[in-house]
Amino acid sequence: MSFQPIKFYQTGTFTVGNRLLPPEQRSVQASGKRFNSINSGHRACQGCGEALGARYAIDAAMEATDGRLVAANATGCLEVFSTPYPETSWQIPWIHSLFGNAAAVATGIAAALKVKGQAQTRVVAQGGDGGTTDIGFGCLSGMFERNDDVLYICYDNGGYMNTGVQRSSATPPAARTATTPAVGAAPGNVFGQGKFVPAIALAHDIPYVATATVADLRDLEAKVRRAMEIRGARYIHILVPCPLGWGTQSNETIKMARLAKETGIFPVFEAEHGEIKAVLPIRHQLPVEEYLKPQKRYAHLFGKQPQVEVIARLQALADRNIKRYGLLGQG
Amino acid sequence: MLKQMEGSRAVAEAVALCRPEVICAYPISPQTHIVEALGEMVKDGSLAPCEFINVESEFAAMSVAVGASAAGARSYTATASQGLLYMAEAVFNASGLGLPIVMTVANRAIGAPINIWNDHSDALAMRDAGWIQLFAENNQEALDLHIQAFRLGEELSLPVMVCMDGFILTHAFERVDMPTQAQVDAYLPCYEPRQVLDPGEPVSIGAMVGPEAFMEVRYLAHARQMEALKLIPAYAAEFKAVFGRDSGGLCHSYRTEDAETIVVAMGSVLGTIKDVIDEMREAGHKIGVLGITLFRPFPVEGVRAGLLGAKRVVVLEKSMAVGLGGILSTNVRMALSGLHMHGYTVIAGLGGRAITRKSLLGLFLKAEKDELDHVTFLDLDWVMVNKQLEREKAHRRSGPVAENLLRDVGVVAARNY
Repeated sequence: MSFQPIKFYQTGTFTVGNRLLPPEQRSVQASGKRFNSINSGHRACQGCGEALGARYAIDAAMEATDGRLVAANATGCLEVFSTPYPETSWQIPWIHSLFGNAAAVATGIAAALKVKGQAQTRVVAQGGDGGTTDIGFGCLSGMFERNDDVLYICYDNGGYMNTGVQRSSATPPAARTATTPAVGAAPGNVFGQGKFVPAIALAHDIPYVATATVADLRDLEAKVRRAMEIRGARYIHILVPCPLGWGTQSNETIKMARLAKETGIFPVFEAEHGEIKAVLPIRHQLPVEEYLKPQKRYAHLFGKQPQVEVIARLQALADRNIKRYGLLGQG
Repeated sequence: MLKQMEGSRAVAEAVALCRPEVICAYPISPQTHIVEALGEMVKDGSLAPCEFINVESEFAAMSVAVGASAAGARSYTATASQGLLYMAEAVFNASGLGLPIVMTVANRAIGAPINIWNDHSDALAMRDAGWIQLFAENNQEALDLHIQAFRLGEELSLPVMVCMDGFILTHAFERVDMPTQAQVDAYLPCYEPRQVLDPGEPVSIGAMVGPEAFMEVRYLAHARQMEALKLIPAYAAEFKAVFGRDSGGLCHSYRTEDAETIVVAMGSVLGTIKDVIDEMREAGHKIGVLGITLFRPFPVEGVRAGLLGAKRVVVLEKSMAVGLGGILSTNVRMALSGLHMHGYTVIAGLGGRAITRKSLLGLFLKAEKDELDHVTFLDLDWVMVNKQLEREKAHRRSGPVAENLLRDVGVVAARNY
């Protein structure tokens, strides 16, 4: 079927049908020739944000490299649900070594490809927030500072969901996890802790750093495509809601990701060599309650006596993001 | 070509002759000179094509080697002591994945107390990690074992650890016969991996395996190790044909004909032991030594055959199984099961304590009369030990042991340890 330009009206959202776009802007997933790098039949939960994010990210990387891609995977949900013996969902060369070494394994693969004259084959490393911001952080920082030719993708669902929802250094304040239970004087995760690894990636002055969510999949694809145009260390941090860990409905994953972005809880930006080049602006700013309320991990904030002060502190964090990254387009 | 050089330099040159493609380096004494030399060769272009990567930890060093090896590159690294323990998780992983990485371990003690000197605690802590473990007696053997290690590991798809005594070998200047590139090329074929990360033929490496197949995967790792027992003598024979000298193998007897007492040991201490045995043989003592080159897989049959005629066996080892006695001696005992002979464990040389000819002579004379304790600590300073024990009895808060002993010893550097 040949392409026919069609005029259309925007509805105030990004929900533009693929067939209305020129072919080069269409989602990789809209093509019959999509790679299915992670094939169907894997064991992810219904509504898994990580499975969705990985599918879009890896297929986009496959398209950008013309199918010449190798992936190194940290231990975690993605690894476990995609390779239950004797099956594998991966249609690309894929290796899982350990929880904390995906970045280093990827460095080794890239070195091997270079020395063998196969540098046209590219390397992606991927892990969850635990495997990235906690146990794998040393290897990640090492890969960054050496500027190794690796794209590292972190799928951030804010905790160790694979082992039963424990706190990681990417768990947001006040969130209930199995190790930050909603009990005592200050229920949930502690304020003033945790780290935002995209900002630390920026501090390494690596060629490319971006954040994305599974609410803006075309933005995610564009960022992966951009990352694959660049040589050296690259980092994409994707917010991937987890129905199990967050206590949300499995049909609310994309909505939750969108609310995280529209409240300013999660800043979506793109940076090159340590400098932010673009942000995805908030279109309809919402108070953080909109984001918090549907999640059972924040249920203790909305009981008979709403924790107004705690909610205000979370709003302040969102406001700080909005200001720091210019998320209202005020730059 | 005969050359006078440092052990580390000899190993670095031998590794370079093996045409490694990815080398990862993290500094820890006493292996640093090896990777420094290799780094220079890569930087000045004399070792090419090769990627030399300065990593941020030993855990990363082994992880980079895992990735490189899985992508089909011949991969090498070196470490020691705390470094080997820090990378332990990846050490097990490399063998579990069947990746033929070669690693030099410049054997060094493990803390606390921190100690940079030689013993075998590091490598032996990794004895069940699934790596082939070779122990060099001298620098020539260290050099030769590396060349054999690449051949062996790549044939079996297993990683190989070449162990050489820290400082005693790594920093000693000795005469070595450095092979030519043509010799090494003739002996060591190109690396043909059994599994490789290739977009043309995608595979998943390192998938999760549950109870339904885990035992089988582990059995196959064992079976592959056992194959090394056959391959190593064959490769040593082939090595002799190409390079003209004996090197490697499983274990080696020295003057054990008609010996009533046979000493068992590994590594550089064999040289000192052989000198003492020569001296004792001249005085009419029926004593010999069995040197173990291959520790994993353990050459059970070779060791049994080597010790069969003896009345007693003295295992002298630079390691200790705290709460049991010896590590090497436990393995030797396995080889001797069903045989009735006196067996002695001698823990010696921990943390670089010198093992002198005088001490060994006294030890062996005592052994011949069966006057040894079953577990003996060679040259242990009982005065120092007892003083600390009394201190602990007298005061609940007796303080850190190491500091107390150092205070008792006085100026350490002035003492001849």
